[in-house]
Amino acid sequence: MSVAAVNGAKPVSAAKAKSSKAASTKSGKAPAAAAFGKDEELSAYKQMLLIRRFEEKAGQLYGMGLIGGFCHLYIGQEAVVIGMQMAAQEGDQVITGYRDHGHMLATGMEARGVMAELTGRKSGYSAGKGGSMHMFSKEKNFYGGHGIVGGQVSLGTGLAFANKYRGNGAVCLTYFGDGAANQGQVYESFNMAELWKLPIVYVIENNRYAMGTSVVRSSAQTDFSRRGASFNIPGEQVDGMDVRAVKAAAERAIGLTRAGKGPYILEMQTYRYRGHSMSDPAKYRAKDEVDKMRTDHDPIEQVRQRLIEKKWANEDDLKKIDVEIRAVVNDAAEFATHDPEPDPSELYTDILL
Amino acid sequence: MPVDILMPALSPTMEKGNLAKWLKKEGDPVKSGDVIAEIETDKATMEVEAIDEGILAKIVVPEGTADVPVNELIAIIASEGEDPKSAASASRKTEAAAPAAPAAEPAAEAPAAGHETVPAAPKASASSYDASGEVPAGTETVKMTVREALRDAMAEEMRRDENVFVMGEEVAEYQGAYKITQGLLQEFGARRVVDTPITEHGFAGIGVGAAFTGLRPIVEFMTFNFAMQAMDQLINSAAKTLYMSGGQLGAPIVFRGPNGAAARVAAQHSQCFAAWYSQVPGLKVVMPYSAADAKGLLKAAIRDPNPVIFLENEILYGHTFEVPKLDDFVLPIGKARVARPGKDVTIVSFGIGMSYAEKAAEELSKEGIEAELIDLRTIRPMDIATVVESVKKTNRCVAVEEGWPQSGVTSEIGMRIMEEAFDYLDAPVIRVTGKDVPMPYAANLEKLALPNVGEVVQAAKAVLYR
Repeated sequence: MSVAAVNGAKPVSAAKAKSSKAASTKSGKAPAAAAFGKDEELSAYKQMLLIRRFEEKAGQLYGMGLIGGFCHLYIGQEAVVIGMQMAAQEGDQVITGYRDHGHMLATGMEARGVMAELTGRKSGYSAGKGGSMHMFSKEKNFYGGHGIVGGQVSLGTGLAFANKYRGNGAVCLTYFGDGAANQGQVYESFNMAELWKLPIVYVIENNRYAMGTSVVRSSAQTDFSRRGASFNIPGEQVDGMDVRAVKAAAERAIGLTRAGKGPYILEMQTYRYRGHSMSDPAKYRAKDEVDKMRTDHDPIEQVRQRLIEKKWANEDDLKKIDVEIRAVVNDAAEFATHDPEPDPSELYTDILL
Repeated sequence: MPVDILMPALSPTMEKGNLAKWLKKEGDPVKSGDVIAEIETDKATMEVEAIDEGILAKIVVPEGTADVPVNELIAIIASEGEDPKSAASASRKTEAAAPAAPAAEPAAEAPAAGHETVPAAPKASASSYDASGEVPAGTETVKMTVREALRDAMAEEMRRDENVFVMGEEVAEYQGAYKITQGLLQEFGARRVVDTPITEHGFAGIGVGAAFTGLRPIVEFMTFNFAMQAMDQLINSAAKTLYMSGGQLGAPIVFRGPNGAAARVAAQHSQCFAAWYSQVPGLKVVMPYSAADAKGLLKAAIRDPNPVIFLENEILYGHTFEVPKLDDFVLPIGKARVARPGKDVTIVSFGIGMSYAEKAAEELSKEGIEAELIDLRTIRPMDIATVVESVKKTNRCVAVEEGWPQSGVTSEIGMRIMEEAFDYLDAPVIRVTGKDVPMPYAANLEKLALPNVGEVVQAAKAVLYR
């Protein structure tokens, strides 16, 4: 079932129907996702659950005043980054905006280092100088973690430019939201990416709200897969709550762009359960809407049900996984709340090389 | 183990809130994600979600309680299999409610709030710089325009390092809007000399992204006026990423192009950005005057691992200077040059400001006043030591720039001299700057808006009380 329909959002569905007809570009609806095998299901389940539990813990630490500033949680959107990473190869880069904790865990960054950065401690990925929105791991090819809406789109296009310049065969996965999709530099980047046939997949995580403004109130064209149409960039809409659909679309998109066909847009139709940031009460949407997504479309619950139905795991097995993941997250929180703050002398380091 | 639910902070500034409503009662099962309570602040009402599974064993703070401090115990959840009754009494409140103290400073030494000891900023070199050794004695020189010097600098560095490429509007097939990139496409090909569409914000970001991976882009702005479209990428991405990544990731990139007033192009195309960029930690800002400095400093900028803003000047492009004939002429960034020695007054300037300063020095010399001319060459980091050394000798200083007066580079020079050489001054530092107006179009008004030689001469006499 299409995610857009859940909201009773007729305008969105209508626009979609019209768009697929009018799509003279390669834009369109993704074909049905291939089923996962047992290992894939279990792996997706564990990785998504790690993000979920990590984010819940981050929310808790924020509530205790141990995490400061802005803190944007990824809860609800886990299938997007996990499905994408299941199709990525070693050496492919990832870059995103400020809702970035999930992307970091998905690229293999350590929970301890991410959590310690959230608490502003010395063992954080940025030595405590970046915080929630500004974290990087060169080793894991994670290029941030950017706090200015849309800024990462040009930067990601630059990463793809470097891949092409070097001829290294790598692809850059550049994530941004439905809000950032209205920024001017996104289209400047689209133009150059297609002009130069850069190896890049633009992953638009459409969680339906740009902070508190719904897509229908902020976007003249709500079919984000068509946002590259005037640059001849193909795109498709993907059920971003179904990790299988995400992975299948990612394989198509990454395969094409790696083969030199130029950029590709994937609109991931997803949903964030929490507010825009920790301090957002999210009063601009109905409680029913959130509840319905959580009950009927939760990305983790979907996998869980399939695991049970196919008897690939029983309740005890899943409980065991949950306990393991909680242990990882609790360990990260423990570490991140006892690690020292950066030494005062760090104030003046890392400004220039 | 029972789980304590503490009064959460909903924003960075929240200190207390009202417990508006309990949505679960004692004995209710809860699971992760369940909304258990509603909290009110003056700004918003928010829901408190459980993050663990279990039974709500005890409500400690009843609904309707106002001004509950953040982190106060409000409820206890018994984990699965635990007896809610004993859980309710086995709370770890004291342990959990005290957030781990930042361990970096022992509490005994912690200063009172608002009186933190701030570590001293690293000191720049305190000794003045002698540029006379930059070119070995007896080195042959050739006459060359600034335009040719800049082109040669890029070509030499592109030959030297495969990672160096140039991108910008009209840099390739058109051979450069101001012909700075002339011949580069022919020698290096379209892969390394990249024409971009007219999209400064986009290609500046692409340049920074490419630099993150270790490529060394030279991004040409047709003029720096258009770089305002790209300001976010220059400041927020290029300048700050090294710091925000704890030193993991920097941007070895050069942003270059003509800056400041050209001639008769009016307000939107005539502005000096030296002061703007010079305020930003994480950037280096270079603004050469002579062709030799343009060449040696651009080569240094391309090799520098940091983002460098390289400010050129359209009027200077066609000016000819002597340039040393050396295989690899690289100058240090961050060092000023004494362009003319003197004993009576120090005149400090940079970029095209030097042309006023030079002419003024000549006029002053005719009247028996020997001005010492200092060309800053780099605006950030600023070589104030060389200026101070000169002021110690002359005890008087005039600072000259084409940019606007308020918060300008010359304001900074004046302040730094006050901080570091106040006792040596026999007169207040005087500034000669562009006037505090948008650049007018009319020829007569434009002339009035720019500094002129007479103003510099007058200022020098004023600090000499003549």
